[in-house]
Amino acid sequence: MTVVHEPHADTSEGAQEMVPRSQLGAAELMRELGSVLRLSEAEAAAAAEEEPGEDQTMLINMGPQHPSTHGVLRLMLELQGETVLRTKPIVGYLHTGMEKTAESLTFLQGGTNVTRMDYASPLFNELVFSTAVETLLEIEVPERAVWIRMLLSEMNRVSSHLLFMATNGMDIGAVSMMLFGWRDREEALRFLEQVTGLRMNHNFIRPGGVAADLPDGWRDGLARALDLLPDHLEEYDTLLTGQPIYRERLQGVGIITAQEALALGATGPILRSTGVPWDLRRDLPYLAYDQVEFDVIVGTYGDCFDRYAIRLNEIRESMGIIRQIVDRMPRGDYRIQDKKVTPPPRARIDESMEALIHHFKIFTEGFKVPEGEVYVAVESPRGELGCYLVSDGSSTPYRMHIRPPSFVNLQCLPHMMRGGLMADGVAVISSVDPIMGEVDR
Amino acid sequence: MTDARTDDRGAAADVNPERQPEPEQVHGAPVTWSRGQRVVHPTGATYLDVIRGLIDDGFHVCVDLTAVDYLTAAGRALPDGVAPERFEVVVNLLSMQRRERVRVRVQVPEDDASLPSLFDLFPGTEAPEREVFDMFGISFEGHPDLTRILMPEDWIGHPLRKDYDIGRIPVQFKGAPEAR
Repeated sequence: MTVVHEPHADTSEGAQEMVPRSQLGAAELMRELGSVLRLSEAEAAAAAEEEPGEDQTMLINMGPQHPSTHGVLRLMLELQGETVLRTKPIVGYLHTGMEKTAESLTFLQGGTNVTRMDYASPLFNELVFSTAVETLLEIEVPERAVWIRMLLSEMNRVSSHLLFMATNGMDIGAVSMMLFGWRDREEALRFLEQVTGLRMNHNFIRPGGVAADLPDGWRDGLARALDLLPDHLEEYDTLLTGQPIYRERLQGVGIITAQEALALGATGPILRSTGVPWDLRRDLPYLAYDQVEFDVIVGTYGDCFDRYAIRLNEIRESMGIIRQIVDRMPRGDYRIQDKKVTPPPRARIDESMEALIHHFKIFTEGFKVPEGEVYVAVESPRGELGCYLVSDGSSTPYRMHIRPPSFVNLQCLPHMMRGGLMADGVAVISSVDPIMGEVDR
Repeated sequence: MTDARTDDRGAAADVNPERQPEPEQVHGAPVTWSRGQRVVHPTGATYLDVIRGLIDDGFHVCVDLTAVDYLTAAGRALPDGVAPERFEVVVNLLSMQRRERVRVRVQVPEDDASLPSLFDLFPGTEAPEREVFDMFGISFEGHPDLTRILMPEDWIGHPLRKDYDIGRIPVQFKGAPEAR
């Protein structure tokens, strides 16, 4: 952490930097809060008068190399003693222009690009991109592909939430939890590897279905994870949920109200922690989520503990969904039998000239998608993950925009951290669970 | 894959006038349908009023705000009375009560690439509007802090514009090896 003595002295951020208090009128200062809290002008002016003078506060810089900032998030903090007044998240350190890259990749290659955005839940990126392409094509994927997608999504949600458990524990100082979380996440990833061949960045969900059918013995691999995890989740309860020190660190910390969360566009566990029961799986069902039973977990206080508890219980709900999927996995094709969209089976290439041509065309030129634009959203572990896709009728997207939940959720940080202690800031960042890969894209 | 059928119900109305004699409108702005999704097309002048009207209709959450540069695809389908411009700002709104989405597409001309900011209506558009400014150079009047968000502050150009080539910028790190 570096102390910034003078504006723009120690960094080269220029205008992106937090403006010092002397250059900021009281009205401007309250604009940030006032618009969210819907304060009247009189209330805002009164609140601004209670603000300390510039000589009482200090601007400091946290990150982008700070271990608790989950990668390369940088926060400019204004502190009065140990109390955080203003926070400004500065992002962009991982920006690699993936939306620009997407415009030069075909719809088939697009999956390899988007899967790297939210690297903790790659299958959701592939799912939302593939669904957007399928909506433009106006095709329906076979039932088995739908259920395979649901199975993988829910397993990915489990692994992503377990990663949260690990990093949350690490940030709070519960190092055992970090080890437990990584260990159990590995069990979830082992199943994903058995099915897709890769632990991460699978590129398994593709336009038209999935890349391959479930392998032999997938039920055994799944049974191993499903047998292990429930007991381990009980251990988490013993280790963390009921532990006084852990509750002290999280309860009443980083509170956000439903009104604020909705105004800021927050989704996922952050919104649900404020008591708003909004889950796209239930409220705007996609795949076959309207055919499985699960509960939407909501909190009451909107604090860090609620967000922890929601994610812990969402793991249990996801495992419940997985059990229903295992029982009801339909038979049939795992991808659409449309040779213009999906490549023919490898064996067909040796015996059919037509299959060879289709194979060649799909992998060199790609398939063409009719003109149009759609917005498709799924419930990722972090909230609403959307894809806005524009096609001009060629085989590459004209514009591909991902609506990353972490990017929008990060805007809640200044409101959650305001008035709290500097040390609680770490818990708050952790509870937002940002993945910088999808923030910066 | 089925053939691309017409998505524009306004255009379909011309073919079959009995089914839909009047083009559908929301708060004075024409409405089209894209793959079953409702799209409203206000102008830059009526943009804020249409959004305010939609908020009154229950669309209380602004899910996403982004933009598209139609430099190389000018001939896209738009309803009557909407003149295509180079840029288009796309706002996705959500009504949790009605469990509905609506999309607002505004044409933004190249020579005056600016729109009023939605910050006062939806504080959550702060970061997305900065991203659009950064990537497309569209400015939002009334935005409290319109600076670059993803690119470095001293970056020249707006990368997601269609006339901004990929791979044009040499590696910026010191001591980078020469191009092979």
